[in-house]
Order: sequence, then C-alpha cells, then structure tokens
Amino acid sequence: MATAYDSLTEPIKAAPRTGGGTAGRDRVTPGRIAKYALLLLFVVIVLIPVYVLLVTSFKGTGDADPSRAWSLPQVWTLENWSGAWAALQAPLWRTIALVVPSSLISAILGSMNGFVLARWRFPGADIIFTLILFGMFIPYQAVMIPLVQLMLNSGIPSGVPTLIVLHVIYGLPITTLIFRNYYQSVPNELVEAARVDGAGMLRTYWSVVLPISVPSFVVVLIWQFTSAWNDFLFAVFFSSSRNGPVTIALNNLANGAMLTDYGISMSGALLASLPTLLVYVLLGKYFIGGLMSGSVKG
Amino acid sequence: MPKNIRRWGPPLLLVSPSLILLAVFVYGLLAINAKTAGTDNHTAAQTTGRAPVQWVWFDNFVALLGSESFQHSLKNLVIYTVVFLAGTMFFGFLWAFLLDRPVRFEGWFRSIYLFPMAVSFVASGVVWRWLLNSNQGEAASGLNRLFQNVGLGFLQNNWWNNPDWGIAAIAIPAIWQMSGYVMALFLAGFRGIPEELREAARVDGANEWQLYRHVLFPQLSPVALSAVIIVGHMSLKAFDLIMSISKPANYQTKVPAIDMYQFKLSFDYANAAAVGVILLVIVAILIVPYLVHINRAEKH
Repeated sequence: MATAYDSLTEPIKAAPRTGGGTAGRDRVTPGRIAKYALLLLFVVIVLIPVYVLLVTSFKGTGDADPSRAWSLPQVWTLENWSGAWAALQAPLWRTIALVVPSSLISAILGSMNGFVLARWRFPGADIIFTLILFGMFIPYQAVMIPLVQLMLNSGIPSGVPTLIVLHVIYGLPITTLIFRNYYQSVPNELVEAARVDGAGMLRTYWSVVLPISVPSFVVVLIWQFTSAWNDFLFAVFFSSSRNGPVTIALNNLANGAMLTDYGISMSGALLASLPTLLVYVLLGKYFIGGLMSGSVKG
Repeated sequence: MPKNIRRWGPPLLLVSPSLILLAVFVYGLLAINAKTAGTDNHTAAQTTGRAPVQWVWFDNFVALLGSESFQHSLKNLVIYTVVFLAGTMFFGFLWAFLLDRPVRFEGWFRSIYLFPMAVSFVASGVVWRWLLNSNQGEAASGLNRLFQNVGLGFLQNNWWNNPDWGIAAIAIPAIWQMSGYVMALFLAGFRGIPEELREAARVDGANEWQLYRHVLFPQLSPVALSAVIIVGHMSLKAFDLIMSISKPANYQTKVPAIDMYQFKLSFDYANAAAVGVILLVIVAILIVPYLVHINRAEKH
C-alpha cells in the first residue's frame, strides 16, 4: 500500500516497465507516433502564453502595431523590464515579508494539530476534523464583511500584518490535513516506544515526530508559500497599492488608468511569477505532493 | 483529576489555539455574516452607526434572487463552472491517459502541462487579457490574429466581450491553469492501480482498449470525484481571473463573487453579506455530502 510518505515524496509512481515489455518501448508504430504528436501539440498550446509573455516583454514602441503581435521584437529592449521592476520592487519585498512568516507559522500549527488528530482518538475527533476541513472549502466571501470589521477593530495594521494573520488562520485546515495524513502513516511502534520510555505527548512530538516530519514540512511550506504569494482576494480587501502584495501592484500596473501598456505588464507578470515558478522547478515533486494531499483522498 | 489533566492536557494545549481561531474566524464569522445579511444595512451611514439598522429577515435574499442582475451573475457562474469543469476534466484525463504507459521525456511533458498552476490568476490574467483581445480583422491581435495567421480566421470572435457567452472565454485561462492539476490526479490514480489487475485482464484476452475501458477507467471514479469537487469549488469562488481580465464593473462577465466586491465597495454590507451566504450555500451543497462520504470511507 502506498503510504502518506510515498504520496509526498513520490506522488506519481513511475510507469512500470513490465506489461508492454521494454522491448516494445522503442518500437515505432503509427499509434506511438500519433501519441507523441499529440503530446507535442499540447506542449505548444500550453506554452503559447509563455511565448507571448516573453516576446512582448522585450518589445518597444516600434512593435505596437497589431500586425506585429506574434512576431519577434524588431529591436530587443529592456525598458519594460526596468519599468516593471521599478513598479514592483517594493511590493515584491512586501510579499516576501508576508509569505515567509505566514507559511512558517501555519506549518508549525498545522503540524501540532495533525499530530494530535492522527494520534489521539478522543470522542468526536472525526467531527472536529470534518469541521476543520470545511473551513478549507468555504467561500471567503461568506466571512468577508464581518472579517473586514473585525480586522479594523483589532488594531492590527492593514497590509502585511493583517494578511499574515489571515493566511495563517485560513491556511490551518489544509496544513492540518496534510500533516494528519502524514502522521497517520508513522509506524505506531515508534510513538509507542517513546511512550514506554516515559515520554509525554509533548516530548514524543518534539523528539520523535518532528525529526521525521521534514518531507511534510517541505510540502506544506511550498503549498502555503504558493497560495499566499498568488493570493488576490484577501489582498484586495485588506491592503492597498501602498501596502499591498505584488498581485495588487501587478493588477494596478495591468489595469492602470492609462491605455494598457502590455510590454510593461507582461514583464511585470513574469517578475511576479518568478518566485513560485522557481519553487516549482526546483522542488517540483514536493509541489505535486502538496497538490495530491490537498485532494483529500478518501 | 491530576491524572486527567496529564492525559488530556498536552493534546488540548497543542490544538486549542487553532481550534479557537477556526471557531471564531470560520464559524463565528459565518454566523455574524448571516446576521448582517438579514438587515437593511445598505449605506455607509448605517455601517458606521450614524443611522439605525433594521432587521428585515429574508428581504435581501428575495430581492437579490429576484433581480435580473443577480440572476445574470448566477447564470454566468453556471456557464463558467460547466466550461471550466468540462475543459479541465477533458484535458486532464486525456493527458494522464497519454502519459500512463512508458513515454520518453514523461517528466518534461508532465512539468510543462502542470506549470501554469504555479502562476497566479492575476499574472496569467495579464497575458490572457491580451490573448483574448476582441478586436478582429485588421486591428486584431492576440488569438484572433493568430487564427488569421494560421488560416483559421473564421474562428475569430469577440471572446469575453460577448454579452451572452463572454464568461465562457474567461474559463479558457482557468482551464489552461488547472488541467495539469487534474492530469496529476488522474495519473497518480492510473499508477495506483495494481499491476496485477492489468495482467489478469490481459490473460483474459482483453485488448488494450478493453483493458482501459472496462478495467482501469472504473477504478478511477473516486479520483474523478475528487477532481470534480476541487475544480468545482474553485470555480464557484471565481474572482481573480475576472478582476484581471475584464473589469469588475463589466456586466457580461460578472459572477456572485464580483457582485459581493461591488456591494462592499458601495458600503452595501447587507447585500454583500447576503451574496456571501448564497455562495456558501451553493458550495455547501457540493462539499458537505463529499466530506460526509470521505468520513465514512475513512472509517472502513
């Protein structure tokens, strides 16, 4: 059986080499050619927006005519990039200041919850867990109006501090879920051995469970990092262009009062996506692991 | 008594901060929001306490659901959800099916199909706003220009500017972003099926197509259910893409989440809260049976 550990570190198992046989693997058949042609066609389609982003981001005013929409730049220029950097630099730093603490805090809290819910079968544990899970699915529009008033009254400054609090709280369901599934797969003997040695729950958590939690921490941190980085809804309601994250700044850049300057907003979109894309490229398998655990497997 | 504290104390200590936070920020606020939705708090003066607020029971819901504008939003939400779901399930399943058996460069294909998911809706909205430009003929850019260039000019259309179906165009970028996710779910599903099942079917003389059709596809129905639930509930909350591709004030592409934002901007807190309640009910109809189902499945 696949354990939660496997589903985090190897979310999609390798294709088996048996069955069709390795000998058949490289045989050229019409079916195989069609398959690769289809796969390549989809690659081209999926990458069209990337081509547009890259090419347009290097175009100057000479390329503004619609007839040149899909051509390469006549003159390659970095003007858009420096313009976008000037507009997004401060918001990018604010986003980092917001995303790092909120992912760390919600990962730690999620780990504690997950441990308790996986190990401690108190009466009503399932109900509590379901109630927590439901928090993951609620449309935030259904809490937004009182939430705006609550945050105003709380005295927490709008912008980064408020957004940290919100991402931590509303991240709890998913982080709890991932850790709980993971800890359920930790062999019972490990925890029991610690208990026999006289360790209490806190000691067991600290000295036995935490050290083996590294993969799930990576997955949860990536998940929280990506979703907080890409968040727009909370950002719109709880920050402004002066103190908001990069999604707000990018949206203002792209939908500014002036006629939309696509060159600068495309460079901006690339700049704003770079951190999450980098995480995806470097830690892809953990990224997918997070997607899988987010799917609440029954 | 001290023994009880030692037994129940530490776990309670670990979970209670989170439980209290969620109780307040999820369930407490849901309740207050529902209460606000039952008042006539439609103006800034009422919000700031300078004018009295009356209890009006379900009047806001009746008015909203009866208004042509909100019905238009609900209709848009249905169209968006259907197109988004159909698109992601189709491409996600097809890609997983194509990649299931050993394929060279599988990792590359997978990574490319999945990468749009790492990008924010706002960033992808920037490029899709350009791609879905409604200009045609000489002035065309974006996809319309591409269609002309490759001899498919008849495919040109006004995308999200279409008053009836504009919202379906907004689902295209959403499909672009989420199909890879559905692929990953299905691919993990395919690979999770024990190899013996395939062997047994082959021994019984099934050809590849029969094997997939009668043996493997039925095994994937739980995965398909998860995918529908996840994509479906994302779709019901659609907001970011519409904000960044069209404008919030754009009538043809508005959905309830956009209405909620507009009500909030104009200090109509009662209607904003009422839209929130309606969204919650729609999501709950989808999610609650699913959560109950999972809860039961886990017990076995």
